[in-house]
Amino acid sequence: MTPDLARRALPAQSTAPLRGEREYVTLRIGPQLLGLPIEDVREVFAPQGITPVPLAAPAVTGLLNLRGRVVTAICLRSVLGLPPGEASVSERMAIGVEVDGEPFALLVDGIGDVMRLPASTLEPNPIHMDRIWSNYSRGVHRLETSILVILELGSVIGSSSLAA
Amino acid sequence: MDDLLQEFLTESYEHLETVDRQVVEFENDPSNSDILRNIFRLVHTIKGTCGFLGLPRLEAVAHSAESLLGKLRDGAEVTPAAVTLTLESIDRIKFILGVLEQTGAEPEGDDRDLIVRLDALSAGLAAPTGPTFEAGEPTPWEPDAPATPEQDAVDRLFNGSEGLEDGLAEPHDEGASAPSNGERSSEDGTGSRLAAQTIRVQVSAIERLMAMVSELVLTRNQLLEIARREGDLSFKLPLQRLSTITAELQDGVMKTRMQPIGHAWNKLPRLIREISAELGKKIDLVMEGAETELDRQVLERIKDPLTHMLRNSADHGIEPPHDRIAAGKPETGRIKLVAGHEGDSIVIRVSDDGRGLDIPRIRRKALEAGIAGAAELDRMSDAQVARFIFHAGLSTASAVTNVSGRGVGMDVVKTNVEAIGGAIDLAWEPGRGSSFTVKIPLTLAIVPALIVAVGEQRYAIPQGVVRELVRARPGGATSIEHVNGASLLRLRERLLPVVSLACLLGVGASALDDGFVVVTQIGRRHFGVMVDGVLQTEEIVVKPMASMLRSIPLFAGNTVLGDGAVVLILDPNGLSRAIGASEHDDGAEASGPDERAGGEKTQTALVFKAGGGALKAVPLTLVTRLEEVDAGLIEHASGRPLIQYRGRLMPIVAAHEALEIRREGVQPLVIVSDGARAMGLAVESIVDIIEGEIDIELSGREPGVLGSAVLGGRAMDIVDLAHYLPQAYPDWLTGQRGSSRPIRDVLLVEQSEFLREMLAPVIQAAGFRPVVCADAIEALAALRTARDLGAVVLDVENAASGGLDLVRQVRSQGARSGLLLIGLASVPHPDIVGRSHEAGLRQLIAKFDRHALIAALGAVHDELREAA
Repeated sequence: MTPDLARRALPAQSTAPLRGEREYVTLRIGPQLLGLPIEDVREVFAPQGITPVPLAAPAVTGLLNLRGRVVTAICLRSVLGLPPGEASVSERMAIGVEVDGEPFALLVDGIGDVMRLPASTLEPNPIHMDRIWSNYSRGVHRLETSILVILELGSVIGSSSLAA
Repeated sequence: MDDLLQEFLTESYEHLETVDRQVVEFENDPSNSDILRNIFRLVHTIKGTCGFLGLPRLEAVAHSAESLLGKLRDGAEVTPAAVTLTLESIDRIKFILGVLEQTGAEPEGDDRDLIVRLDALSAGLAAPTGPTFEAGEPTPWEPDAPATPEQDAVDRLFNGSEGLEDGLAEPHDEGASAPSNGERSSEDGTGSRLAAQTIRVQVSAIERLMAMVSELVLTRNQLLEIARREGDLSFKLPLQRLSTITAELQDGVMKTRMQPIGHAWNKLPRLIREISAELGKKIDLVMEGAETELDRQVLERIKDPLTHMLRNSADHGIEPPHDRIAAGKPETGRIKLVAGHEGDSIVIRVSDDGRGLDIPRIRRKALEAGIAGAAELDRMSDAQVARFIFHAGLSTASAVTNVSGRGVGMDVVKTNVEAIGGAIDLAWEPGRGSSFTVKIPLTLAIVPALIVAVGEQRYAIPQGVVRELVRARPGGATSIEHVNGASLLRLRERLLPVVSLACLLGVGASALDDGFVVVTQIGRRHFGVMVDGVLQTEEIVVKPMASMLRSIPLFAGNTVLGDGAVVLILDPNGLSRAIGASEHDDGAEASGPDERAGGEKTQTALVFKAGGGALKAVPLTLVTRLEEVDAGLIEHASGRPLIQYRGRLMPIVAAHEALEIRREGVQPLVIVSDGARAMGLAVESIVDIIEGEIDIELSGREPGVLGSAVLGGRAMDIVDLAHYLPQAYPDWLTGQRGSSRPIRDVLLVEQSEFLREMLAPVIQAAGFRPVVCADAIEALAALRTARDLGAVVLDVENAASGGLDLVRQVRSQGARSGLLLIGLASVPHPDIVGRSHEAGLRQLIAKFDRHALIAALGAVHDELREAA
């Protein structure tokens, strides 16, 4: 994990985005940068004490206690069809989200900056993008040095790879 | 939405629920003016408040309904038409209220159709004589209606001057209607004591309170955990106080969540009324224990299953009136709904006096639906077959009605009941009725649980199902035994199936022999769950599983322990299903005590050793003699061991493959004989003769073993002699008295599974094809379908398997007059012999006298010979 991706709280004070701009929390899975719309993200935290759930889908890492709430931890790597990373659970970061009133933690390899990007530069998924990935993405942003894949939270949590 | 409107809606719904029930009561008992007064007052209140809130449509309907009720109250005859119309008005009121709730405004349209009919009926009824108030302007109602002196005067007119309570039909109604009544009376300054003691609280407020108490319980647990670890005594006292207070608070909040189960019953009388009308049946609904309180969360979850059960009883259970009359029963069927406390559970029973379960039909349906195979069904007891009604896709109603019969229902009921940690059981008596018993926990929110460890993980098991903990280790006082790969724990005369939690969860196999067995009971089903360690008991707050994990049947939820860790709560029902215990034990579980009574299972068994380690037993009645012969005398003719015994050559068969027949010394033999033939079963040693109940626990998978049982505190295999007989005489079972003869059927009707297993080979050995039935219903069905029936062998003492009634029924079928009937009795004492003769039974023999049975069956052959 690079130092700049270390436990970074979300900038709560960020000024309101200009019209036509959206803010994304960026995260890293291996070398790939992905983004989640900031309004989907509740918090970013270092996951601790995950209780595995036997018989659950492999992408369900387990359950964890986040200030009294039981949160289902999901391995984003696994959902995206990637092999387990070199980072152990304790080295990974979690993005707290909520879908249909249920809390989830997406386990990622690292958290990046919050980026403000103009909606106009959002491009449709490249046609040759991995089928699995395009299931969970609503488009990509071309950055100067890399491509930011925008995740769609609903389809990640609703993924068939999570069904027991 | 307007607070006032919200309040009005809540109150009106409560009124309506009461009205629903009372209208039906009123129809049944038109002379009950108390009830009518109540209905009238409730409709009247709705009407009054409508005017106040400016709801003209609702008010118009309520007004016309009230007019009608007014006439009835004043003495007009209560006709079914009047009741139906009143119910229809209530439905309309509900419809309007529903729209109001959603949109905040009355729906478009008017209710001319209904009002015209209501008014027509009111006009047609005898004119009331007393002062009535609907003579006034019908609309608009005066805006300040609820509190006008005029109305209170009206109320007093109907109520007399007594308090409000006496008008209410059942005590549990007080909770529902007292606040509204109280509000009214307090407005005019004559507040009842009840009103001062109750307040209306939003359910969500109580839920929030409950959630906070849950967190408090968690925090207390955390503190207790720290205190345990630190051993700091200065914490001890305040912590104890905190603990007590928390427990009391939890208790108190829990109580506020309690509601009388009668709240879930309000709609049922009307439901039954509608079903009766639809099906053309006459049904009385009797409700007892409506005041029984339970957690409203549980109440919500039990509502639908209850409705299903009631529908089921009305549709499947209660017969049409002409059938009932033909069966000599009262024309009107009766469904009884009873609730009560039983320890930490609520027991709800729905019983009817209908036709009971149609077992042959269920068998047929189960076969048609492919739920079970024909052979499997043959082996199943009625009680086991009956439980198929909880199986999805099985409906026994011959015609699909609106009410039920679509193959959904009882399976959903079972699923719902089990989902809240409850259990459902059923009992029935053919022609007499059936009853369904549901046992559910008082609350779902906070439960005491046992925390166990498997590997590095901890799991919670609800304490309610845990009977005891047993430490098992190889060579210890209690140890796990293995029978053909299945693990068993011998626990006080019982064999308990045991599974390792690690295996069930697929989290690596921990040593199955060394650990703790959590003895778990669900219904009457027992099983053991093997865990690595038992840590502590803790009050846990049950949190639901995330929706994506709910499909895992082994978990009921999760919780946060005192140390902050999340643990999974095991679902005992899921465990039980995973073990598969249900298949084996359901029959025994549902068969009830009467099958066990009667001592027919108390038998004397010969216990011997025959290699393979396990003790073996055979009922002594099947044994002719025990001999110890000089092994040197055993001869071998064409590779088969034989011995000269009483002047004849007798074959010898080893009781176990691993057992070598001795060549020197003394060879113990168990002699089994049949007519002129005898066989020696070579055993290792004779151990004992034990008297006791033979209760076969598991069907053996080993050839020559019927199953295992505990006798005299020891587990042993029950030997199946039918396996050895053909080894001695290859033609033993195929009929030794001539071979070209067609094999005829013999019907064996015997309720005891053990006796069925024992006697069927005897019938086979006598040269017949045994057709085995467990009870009279099955037997009569088999009688109809049997092709070439030679004889019926039946148990005359057991009423459930038909007894002498069955004899009469068979006799009454004229075509069967030539059929040989053989009765079985444990002891043929004069009384039963005499009654058997009266019933037309030719032969009565003792249950274990196989020689007599073979001799009696021989008569069938003789008849055949005569006929030829």
